Amino acid sequence: MPTIFGIPPQALFGQLLLGLINGSFYALLSLGLAVIFGMLNVINFAHGALYMLGAFVAWLLMTQVGIGYWWALLLAPLAVGAVGVLLEKSLLSRLYKLDHLYGLLLTFGIALMIEGLFRHLYGVSGQPYPIPRELAGGQNLGFMFLPNYRGWVVAASLVVCLATWYAIERTQLGAYLRAATENPVLVQAFGINVPRMVTLTYGFGVALAGLAGVLAAPIYQVSPLMGSNLIIVVFAVVVIGGMGSILGAVLTGYGLGLLEGLTKVFYPEASNIVVFVIMAVVLMIKPAGLFGREK
Amino acid sequence: MATDTHAVSRETASATGPATPGLLAMGVLLAVLLGAPFLLYPVFLMKVLCFALFACAFNLLIGFAGLLSFGHAAFFGGAAYITAHTVKVWGLPPEIGILLGALFSAALGLVFGMIAIRRQGIYFAMITLALSQMVFFMALQLPFTHGEDGIQAVPRGTLFGVFDLSQPLTMYYTVLVVFLFGFLVIWRTVHSPFGQVLKAIRENEPRAISLGYRTDQYKLLAFVLSASLAGLAGGTKAIVFQLATLTDVQWQMSGEVVLMTLLGGMGTLFGPVIGAALVVTLENYLAATNLPVPVVIGAIFVVCVLVFRRGIVGEIAARMKRRG
Repeated sequence: MPTIFGIPPQALFGQLLLGLINGSFYALLSLGLAVIFGMLNVINFAHGALYMLGAFVAWLLMTQVGIGYWWALLLAPLAVGAVGVLLEKSLLSRLYKLDHLYGLLLTFGIALMIEGLFRHLYGVSGQPYPIPRELAGGQNLGFMFLPNYRGWVVAASLVVCLATWYAIERTQLGAYLRAATENPVLVQAFGINVPRMVTLTYGFGVALAGLAGVLAAPIYQVSPLMGSNLIIVVFAVVVIGGMGSILGAVLTGYGLGLLEGLTKVFYPEASNIVVFVIMAVVLMIKPAGLFGREK
Repeated sequence: MATDTHAVSRETASATGPATPGLLAMGVLLAVLLGAPFLLYPVFLMKVLCFALFACAFNLLIGFAGLLSFGHAAFFGGAAYITAHTVKVWGLPPEIGILLGALFSAALGLVFGMIAIRRQGIYFAMITLALSQMVFFMALQLPFTHGEDGIQAVPRGTLFGVFDLSQPLTMYYTVLVVFLFGFLVIWRTVHSPFGQVLKAIRENEPRAISLGYRTDQYKLLAFVLSASLAGLAGGTKAIVFQLATLTDVQWQMSGEVVLMTLLGGMGTLFGPVIGAALVVTLENYLAATNLPVPVVIGAIFVVCVLVFRRGIVGEIAARMKRRG
């Protein structure tokens, strides 16, 4: 049997695919964090909890109402986005004049509340969520077996990331957004409702997290703890990429997912910490992050 | 010298009201702590003291240097593992075990500090959080930490070969001495020229740099000091509860110490002590009810950040200042 660096290709490509899947979630989540940070200057600690909320909404829709995966893919991000809009309007917007650290602390408290509530209601064990019928089965690519659903997750997250990038960098609305990031007062003077834009940006950012949650539901189990472990890795991804650029956040997300997959093949014991080690190395060499700008 | 004394008295005024209330509060605190084990359950009090020291160590960074570390659990829990292992497996006496735990945290603090002080503000918080998560994964995987079980049944042993720590009162007064030592180190640090420079960095770092201070070195030293004291608290906790587990190194623990400090009052000397006592009491109380603890803790977080940012002691100090 042929091997690559002493590893059977099946195992190598299998882990790379897993890495790509993880990378898709890193990319979606760090994209949302970067969009929110650009506009609000807030690091949204509740991002992981809202990702979990997205998965739970999908699960509840299926078990309680009988609404399936495809509608959940639309409804759950909307629901999470609505929760985000409420949070921003009622709580976060009171803190913009203060040190940015308070935004972090507030969203940390919100994350604890959401997560604690779901833990209280549903326990810590995961709930299974079936793969939609249309995406069951898989393709034999010759060198490896690709489950359809996993291919779909990678494709869907790529499309969403690219669409978001396009919307922000290439459209009129995106231009307003970027202008308001640079100088909110001036943009407001031109007659654009900046506070509403801020609210909608936050809503959109967390809706991305909710979408990631629905995509993740059939792969990982739906559990109250699924977000908190992920969000810390995503923070490290954001530090590595630097939050200056949308494309940077996305690329770093996929890249680190793949690297994690490779580590699982060659040195599995380190796979949990490789992202943090890379973060430390990047900080020593380029403190602003790979795509960041030093202020 | 004269300017130094002036700076000190002015500082005390800003942190805890006029100098006399500060000393008065210290006296009251000492009297309460000396007599407390005759009224309250000693194990509960020891828990409060360990967390109070932990929160004071954390407060040294956020309150006096303006650095929000979201990874202090790594120092607290890491030291707990080292102390538990050296005492239980190597058979070292408790005082050496605690010392080794604190030294380990100091070394870890040096490494983390060197990486983390390269960024400021929220990035600093995210970096420390990520680094501490790395320690958590190591604690989960390394053989000597025993994964989910942790290190259990750590013997308390005899302090200096004389004092039998299995006696609750002996153990309590040992913990009290450790706490007072840590508290005095922080008190001294805050009121020293070094502490003044830290405050200058907190208020305006570019200005401090332009005045010729190498702010990175000051921040690093503050970080190491804070990490060692957090380690001292963690090592002592391991002896008191005869246990070191993953709970001590989890990110929730880092969040908890932030809450204690925020609730008591960031940048005040006594705030973290009061915050720790309140949070530990609350958790003890909630454990007996059906209420989910994280939800309540999260709600207090939200309320504190929105309307109570000065914390209890900070609020009292501000009122006293307004009146006098």
